[in-house]
Amino acid sequence: MQSAFSLSFSQSSLTLPNRPLSSPNAAPRNLRFCGLRREAFGFSPPKQLNSCRFQVKNRRIEVSAAAGGNGAPSNKSFDYDLVIIGAGVGGHGAALHAVEKGLKTAIIEGDVVGGTCVNRGCVPSKALLAVSGRMRELQNEHHMKSFGLQVSAAGYDRQGVADHASNLATKIRNNLTNSMKALGVDILTGFGSVLGPQKVKYGKDNVITAKDIIIATGSVPFVPKGIEVDGKTVITSDHALKLESVPDWIAIVGSGYIGLEFSDVYTALGSEVTFIEALDQLMPGFDPEISKLAQRVLINPRKIDYHTGVFASKITPAKDGRPVMIELIDAKTKEHKDTLEVDAALIATGRAPFTNGLGLENINVATQRGFIPVDERMRVIDGNGKLVPNLYCIGDANGKLMLAHAASAQGISVVEQVTGRDHVLNHLSIPAACFTHPEISMVGLTEPQAREKAEKEGFKVSIAKTSFKANTKALAENEGEGLAKMIYRPDNGEILGVHIFGLHAADLIHEASNAIALGTRIQDIKLAVHAHPTLSEVVDELFKAAKVESPASTTPQSVKAAV
Amino acid sequence: MAASSSFLSTASLSNPKSTISFASSVSPAPIPSLRRVVFCSPFSHRRVMTVRSKIREIFMPALSSTMTEGKIVSWIKTEGEKLAKGESVVVVESDKADMDVETFYDGYLAAIVVGEGETAPVGAAIGLLAETEAEIEEAKNKAASKPSSSAVVPSPPPATSSPAPAAAASDGPRKTVATPHAKKLAKQHKVDIGSVAGTGPFGRITASDVEAAAGIAPTVTPPPPPPSPAAAPAPTAKATTTSSPPLLPDASIVPFTAMQSAVSKNMIESLSVPTFRVGYPVNTDALDALYEKVKPKGVTMTALLAKAAGMALAQHPVVNASCKDGKSFSYNSNINVAVAVAINGGLITPVLQDADKLDLYLLSEKWKELVGKAKSKQLQPHEYNSGTFTLSNLGMFGVDRFDAILPPGQGAIMAVGASKPTVVADKDGFFSVKNKMLVNVTADHRIVYGADLAAFLQTFAKIVENPDSLTL
Repeated sequence: MQSAFSLSFSQSSLTLPNRPLSSPNAAPRNLRFCGLRREAFGFSPPKQLNSCRFQVKNRRIEVSAAAGGNGAPSNKSFDYDLVIIGAGVGGHGAALHAVEKGLKTAIIEGDVVGGTCVNRGCVPSKALLAVSGRMRELQNEHHMKSFGLQVSAAGYDRQGVADHASNLATKIRNNLTNSMKALGVDILTGFGSVLGPQKVKYGKDNVITAKDIIIATGSVPFVPKGIEVDGKTVITSDHALKLESVPDWIAIVGSGYIGLEFSDVYTALGSEVTFIEALDQLMPGFDPEISKLAQRVLINPRKIDYHTGVFASKITPAKDGRPVMIELIDAKTKEHKDTLEVDAALIATGRAPFTNGLGLENINVATQRGFIPVDERMRVIDGNGKLVPNLYCIGDANGKLMLAHAASAQGISVVEQVTGRDHVLNHLSIPAACFTHPEISMVGLTEPQAREKAEKEGFKVSIAKTSFKANTKALAENEGEGLAKMIYRPDNGEILGVHIFGLHAADLIHEASNAIALGTRIQDIKLAVHAHPTLSEVVDELFKAAKVESPASTTPQSVKAAV
Repeated sequence: MAASSSFLSTASLSNPKSTISFASSVSPAPIPSLRRVVFCSPFSHRRVMTVRSKIREIFMPALSSTMTEGKIVSWIKTEGEKLAKGESVVVVESDKADMDVETFYDGYLAAIVVGEGETAPVGAAIGLLAETEAEIEEAKNKAASKPSSSAVVPSPPPATSSPAPAAAASDGPRKTVATPHAKKLAKQHKVDIGSVAGTGPFGRITASDVEAAAGIAPTVTPPPPPPSPAAAPAPTAKATTTSSPPLLPDASIVPFTAMQSAVSKNMIESLSVPTFRVGYPVNTDALDALYEKVKPKGVTMTALLAKAAGMALAQHPVVNASCKDGKSFSYNSNINVAVAVAINGGLITPVLQDADKLDLYLLSEKWKELVGKAKSKQLQPHEYNSGTFTLSNLGMFGVDRFDAILPPGQGAIMAVGASKPTVVADKDGFFSVKNKMLVNVTADHRIVYGADLAAFLQTFAKIVENPDSLTL
């Protein structure tokens, strides 16, 4: 299982020449997205929190009575069964699952619980996008009129919007912390590092031992050379999420999902946007047909222009009465192409792993461009190509698939393994979403990837498509713009990939991702019933539109083959 | 009910006869798959080509069996753009979906017959494709002669440059910087972005600059964030939507030309500046005598007055200043006198740059050149928008006095009336007849105060009354 990095569709990708460019069965996408386990949200209202805590405590007692020691290491020679370095979404997912499996678990956090996703990533950005979606709707007079609604000019208060984002992050962070505390996970504060096999240091000089160790230290925004970030006019997503200003004109370097989402936010709030993309087309990580449509809807009609096939070789913040200056060079010839003058620049060129100071030299592990090498079971590989026993790395730090929910899934997979059940995560079943208006979501292979694979392995590929224009619910919402596309094998009904662009696409993808994860075939799932009228019928139509040669299995349960 | 509506919404999709299937195989497909619709196919339409000229019609394709007409969502290509076989040209909305329509031939999109947002029946020509660049014109003529059915292509405003007596003295040659929206609008309204004067931050061209150049009213842009988080209703552009009085039945409506729109916009903008006026009688006997002398050498009265104003401004820089932000004086380093000129159906203000420094003869030459350019609409932006002070003369019509509106971005404007023989009494009580001309200056009182203006006018009067310095 091989995969590309989140950097690949931003300009940085081309500056990192060693990256495996494409691997046949992998590189599902180079997007990182965010997902939280349901537990994180289950504790939100205080009332519920108390009751949950109570219940959980009861359960712990019961379990310890039964299993003879949840809360105490099963092996007396270690302080913990499992220590996780990094309390982001990946570490959190692993910790919850570990407790469920009866492991005595500690989690080490050097910054804030929740990591990038909750504090500086997907969570606050969803708050901003919620605002931008509403602004967009209220500003669209035509759209409102078609509903028979009259709205006087919509306005916004920047600080109010920014507060919404930071309040949401705080709330989710507290939920996350409480969910771990409630389950009895020890939260240790301080930077964690590996001292040696099964030995971890945190803070100044606290040393603990653990049977197994998971590294889940995540990533930080990647800033290419020549770009001077001042946090005011030249910023990364870390700064942008605080929404300290709404510039008249902002250049966004990188048209991946981070850049796209911010373009949605900024244009809704009145900014004009210029994209700078190193590859020859915008949104290179997406299925070409989807990115074409997305460009038509998300880029062309908005106050956005773009430069493709160029690097921002030098960006200087605004100072001395001069605007932000951006030098563009040709991505291939490296010749100077243009100089842009804008009010601000957002660097969205992907993310770099945060693995410095982890003490990896103590166990003879060499990072590859910062990423910690792992096998398909997330076991860390050392400098000699050997597995390091009892050491795992999940999430952005291993770079397999830089998505919060992928990190969490990897963490759960590791816990499954250390508790005696071999498990290999199918990365092709991990969905991804981009929360623009409308949303983009995807799972599995893109059409070109599927065709390449089909050619190699000698099978036929078919495409099914449905339009949101034919969906009653979408039309009721006046949101008929959208497309769902499925790539599948007509011979056996295997789903290879599903791509959706349209209203609530991010929520619609899971029917497909679950089908891929469980190995459900089209001929079976097409018989399942969907409520009418719902957007989910878009996906239903997709299954029904497919032409599969093999008949439905007589008992749906018999289809168990892994994809 | 639920069941039947479900059927309705899906029936046509699963109709096996539909020509464009939503599930098409990627393996060798004889039918064009969804979103790969091809027009101008030589065999499918009788109407295509009796290859007399190599101009092909682009038809509204039938995207589904139920489709009778289609709406143009957008033209991906613009007129005159080169097309390669297989490229998407236009997006058509059918009853089901938006689909890209691709060209079957190489060539040029010569003319768009059915514009964006308009509908045309299946099979109707929506555009013309020329094989070579040379045939574009021919195709255009053909398109023009076509009785455009329901589709009325709004003729784009002529690509004239903005004649706005606009603000912002640009100094020196500069790279054009235009915002993304400005570029989009320029393309949409066929405005040459290079000819637009930028008034945005750092002199960049903003959307409103392009709109002014294209002669359209600025759209009500997304409201700026209200200054306070309080729920005070945002004072938005409500005022602009006040209803106009009803039209009289026989009235005909003639839309503004680009230039007229620009004038209108500037005039409305001027209302936000607190102005005041000071008049001054100037004795012109000496000036008239000088004028008679230099007239054979090609000197015009305009040049004389501009020169006099320029020299007076040099001594009173505040009258040559402007107030850009309501907080500060912007002193201009050059004295550029804009002179209002009436041209057919419009008004423009060519600028005599460095009016204080250039000698009278050069100034006169320059003026002739500018007037010539103005009449043929050849003025470059810096030749009409770099003024720091404006001169308006209606004396030649016999107007004895009038009052000018201060153009945005400048500190003062001078309105010059006719010079007339006037009976005056001198200090000893002797009557005599002298030529007197009334000069009335309108100024921005945020930066120019009454005494400033009076002193300036006094200097101006002295120069005009002792005009020898003008010829130096």
